[in-house]
Amino acid sequence: MIRFEAQLRRGDFELDVRFDTDCGALALFGPSGSGKSTVLGLIAGLLQADSGRIELDDEVLFDSRKGTDVSPHRRRIGLVFQDALLFPHMTVRQNLLYGRWFAPRQAASARLEPVAELLGIGHLLGRRPAGLSGGERQRVAIGRALLSAPRLLLFDEPLASLDYERRMEILPYIVRLHEELKIPFVYVSHAVDEVARLADEVMVLERGRMKASGAPGDVLAPAWAVGGEGRLAAVSVVEAVVREHDLRYGLTVLDHPAGTISVAGRVGEPGRVHRVIMRALDVGLAVQRPRDVSFRTVLLGRITVLERDDSPLARVEIALRESGRLVALVTRRSVDELALDVGDDIFAMVKAVALDDRALALASRGRSPKAREEL
Amino acid sequence: MISLSPDELTAVLLSLKVAAWATACSLPLGVAIAWVLARCRFPGMLLLNSLVHLPLVMPPVVTGYLLLLSFGRRGPIGAFLEAHFGLVFSFRWTGAALACAIMGFPLMVRAIRLAIEAVDRRLEQAAGTLGASPLWVFTTVTLPLSLPGVIAGAVLCFAKALGEFGATITFVSNIPGETQTIPSAIYSYTQTPTGDAGAIRLTAIAIAISLLALAASELLARKVGRRTGGGS
Repeated sequence: MIRFEAQLRRGDFELDVRFDTDCGALALFGPSGSGKSTVLGLIAGLLQADSGRIELDDEVLFDSRKGTDVSPHRRRIGLVFQDALLFPHMTVRQNLLYGRWFAPRQAASARLEPVAELLGIGHLLGRRPAGLSGGERQRVAIGRALLSAPRLLLFDEPLASLDYERRMEILPYIVRLHEELKIPFVYVSHAVDEVARLADEVMVLERGRMKASGAPGDVLAPAWAVGGEGRLAAVSVVEAVVREHDLRYGLTVLDHPAGTISVAGRVGEPGRVHRVIMRALDVGLAVQRPRDVSFRTVLLGRITVLERDDSPLARVEIALRESGRLVALVTRRSVDELALDVGDDIFAMVKAVALDDRALALASRGRSPKAREEL
Repeated sequence: MISLSPDELTAVLLSLKVAAWATACSLPLGVAIAWVLARCRFPGMLLLNSLVHLPLVMPPVVTGYLLLLSFGRRGPIGAFLEAHFGLVFSFRWTGAALACAIMGFPLMVRAIRLAIEAVDRRLEQAAGTLGASPLWVFTTVTLPLSLPGVIAGAVLCFAKALGEFGATITFVSNIPGETQTIPSAIYSYTQTPTGDAGAIRLTAIAIAISLLALAASELLARKVGRRTGGGS
């Protein structure tokens, strides 16, 4: 439970953000310079707001009017930095155990061995940080924060300095620690795929202001009014129920009211709801139900938004039948040749290989829709 | 091997004792002041910084005379210390140690301050978010990472203390067996027509001690550097 309200001015930058959340998996999302990291710094106590009030689980951490400002080491909020910041003069084991000296005794239940196993760093304990790869360092940093028995974990772009493979290596660990250890987290990132996979609630920041907030599927699809690379990174988040595993072909088939979704690999358990993440670049469009094509996933919907400018690509937003929203990036020429327009029924095609099982496995929170409502 | 007269040997041993005490007693304060100068921002910082560096730019004789005025038997601080703690500085080896400590202090603080400033502040922040209080952060993160600089500062102070002359001779004079250190013994030899041989012997000893101290600090710093993963 976080209640956050803060105003801060540093030079040209101005932050004015206010939010309340009960969500245990919150993501702050936005371009660099939007104030995401500043919000984390304020929650951790590394920065002081000019005015405002910050509460965690009914404890006031900061209140400018009453002059309250709990110092960072008393807040029990773990922070994982972008560049790990391991202590170079200690071994991995000493790094991991550092916070445990200071954790309250009754809270120091997180033990070294299970955490090391969860993060896959058990074999590194005797090493020094200088000899670790970037991905290993980041996992040690996460373990170090975990073992300090925090009430809340903050991730400040923890994967931004890593390449795609390393990011995919670490993401599942973050999902696991949230699911298995039940520690709430706030995750800051400008990478839409990370946010889509990890968060139950997304807040979009822009130039120090809250621009939108809500479920990833609602927030991330329309947030792509931005140009450049951001446009290419757009994803959609669709929830569907696992129907069966096609063992012969190594596929997982999921049901959605708009059609069936096929995913490469064996994922989840039949009957459970899963989050499927589809990159807008991997979505193709057809005005009639496509036949004789290799696409395994065909979803029926209606065009709700059509955005185009001088660039070669146009952005098409589709409301899927009954629920969900899908964004497609297609060439402007295709839009003209197919004479697409808002209100048209449309078939969206997605390659099964684009929805790779890793992406799905990472996003699989294994909750039924009912359970989600209860949270 | 150089054979020393008893007086010369006394001067060498006294020099080592004075320098060791000067370094050991000023080191904790030096680390504290260096940390304050490196990490704190407060009004009056410029004043503190100037005060620390003053002995570096002031004529040593002036420093010695000021010490004599304040720490002498009739000086305000000297009288107080003698009455309450039985601690006498004037014309004793303790006074030589005090003069050497003050002269070496700026060099020590400067080296340690640079080392502390080189420690990534975000490492300290990380330690803070893990629950470490500022004092713990200092002892477990800042100090170990700046240890090579601390050693360098101590060695500089020690070397300066071995060579200190002006402030010492002004404050505690040149009493054989009590306050006559290597430099003042050399000075005495040069004042007598037959003193050249003694002056050269002591000069050789001074050079040897300085080289040894430098080599020891280099080895120590390297060892520490390896332990801290090569970073300093």
